[in-house]
Amino acid sequence: MSDRLNVRVNGETIEVAAGTTAAVAAFIARVPSRTSVAGQPRTPFCGMGVCFECRMIIDGIPHSKSCQILVQPDMDIRTDE
Amino acid sequence: MNNSQTIRADVAVVGAGPAGIAAATVAAESGRSVVLLDDNPQPGGQIWRGGAAVAKGSAAQWLARMARTSVHLISDARVFNADEMTLFAEVRGNTVRFAAQKIILATGSRERFLPFPGWTLPNVMGAGAFQALMKTGLPVSGKRVVIAGTGPLLLAVASYAVERGANVVAIAEQTSWLRYLRFGISVSLVPGKAREAIRLLRQVRHIPQYKSCWPVAACGREALESVRLARSGTFENVSCDYLACGYHLVPCIELAQLLGCRISNGVVTTNDLQQSSVPDVYCAGEPTGIGGVELSLLEGEIAGHSAAGQLPAAKNHFRRRNLARRNVRAIARAFALREELKSISRDETILCRCEDVPFGKVRAMDSWRAAKLHTRCGMGPCQGRICGSAAEFLFGWDVGLPRPPLFPVNCSSLRQTFTESDLSNTQGASQ
Repeated sequence: MSDRLNVRVNGETIEVAAGTTAAVAAFIARVPSRTSVAGQPRTPFCGMGVCFECRMIIDGIPHSKSCQILVQPDMDIRTDE
Repeated sequence: MNNSQTIRADVAVVGAGPAGIAAATVAAESGRSVVLLDDNPQPGGQIWRGGAAVAKGSAAQWLARMARTSVHLISDARVFNADEMTLFAEVRGNTVRFAAQKIILATGSRERFLPFPGWTLPNVMGAGAFQALMKTGLPVSGKRVVIAGTGPLLLAVASYAVERGANVVAIAEQTSWLRYLRFGISVSLVPGKAREAIRLLRQVRHIPQYKSCWPVAACGREALESVRLARSGTFENVSCDYLACGYHLVPCIELAQLLGCRISNGVVTTNDLQQSSVPDVYCAGEPTGIGGVELSLLEGEIAGHSAAGQLPAAKNHFRRRNLARRNVRAIARAFALREELKSISRDETILCRCEDVPFGKVRAMDSWRAAKLHTRCGMGPCQGRICGSAAEFLFGWDVGLPRPPLFPVNCSSLRQTFTESDLSNTQGASQ
């Protein structure tokens, strides 16, 4: 249950619990998930894959809805800046 | 590349929350082949989030019962189009077709959000969203949290946050004490509900609980620092790390609309058998009206039996389902949105978060369609799921029918779904 693993958020390695979503990993790393059209920082908002505020580049795939993706060992999570 | 995989089944169920799990399980127990499609990594929907590993009580029972059947659960499957009895889904980057004799829609609901100054700041989110993020690892121990909006969810979220060590500094519910208490009385008549309500209330008894109270602004420079609450004509600033604010729930009916099901007052119309106006399409749970988990389970069981042709088994649940349906009206009455919520936004407050369209620009339009065409409101990746349900309330607009794809998808998915004639029609329309 208390399995922990390492992921990278914008290049920085952090340790999170298994079962954490990539969206939460970004919260833990204190990184906004995206920058809006007008340049505002945003963080995940609906938590259930509807609002798209949580979209990030995950393992190279752009526009990934991070709130619906569980972390995997060595996952690479990047914001869209 | 062009030949996408096709999976055939007697019954295709969309959504693996309580209604979908119940429907899929009973249909499979009747010997039908069943695929259950869900867009999350694990079954359970929002209320039973986390799947079998964390399930307790009736969630654990249902997940175990489903595991004993031949239900083919496909997680991470996002249904984005439908053509009669064929559903098109993107499953981890691949396009998959599902061809079924019967379709059961158990697509659940989402939160309704209303804009207010500062609601786009980091660390402002939905109430259900806050719970979902806590359940998927968000550390909240010692964090100051304001929970706001309306609906029975607020209490559940507050209680969960307290369990996780959060410092919930206020619960701001927009409905009045009178309506709230009336709802409490009606709930306490439902067996089992009273005990649950007492447990929740006991857990949050030390937290200031305001009624007729709502956030009018979220304040902070880089991220949220405080919330301004309106209460009986006065304002109070409350410092906090998170604001969890949601204005109850909106049924997810887009797929039902795409399949041509009749919709009335924002919900899918069904008969006693949970059958929609399209004979081979059934609907269960929140898309037929927000009524909670017990109703969803009963509707799911009825839909599953009906789709499997087991009408006597379906009929066995009618009476309990009809009793549970009373909850729909009680909830709607208790948590109806007050008019004051329409005048919180300023002209510069963002309404459409995808395209950063301010409230003032949208307000100047006379319809949802005009707003889309002239301001780009609702034209971003959420396809108006957030700003559309706000606009329905704020301006009384009909946000109209969805068009495929229901979600942004890969080009290869588009190519595999649309026929030549669709494409030439689209070209014609855009000329």
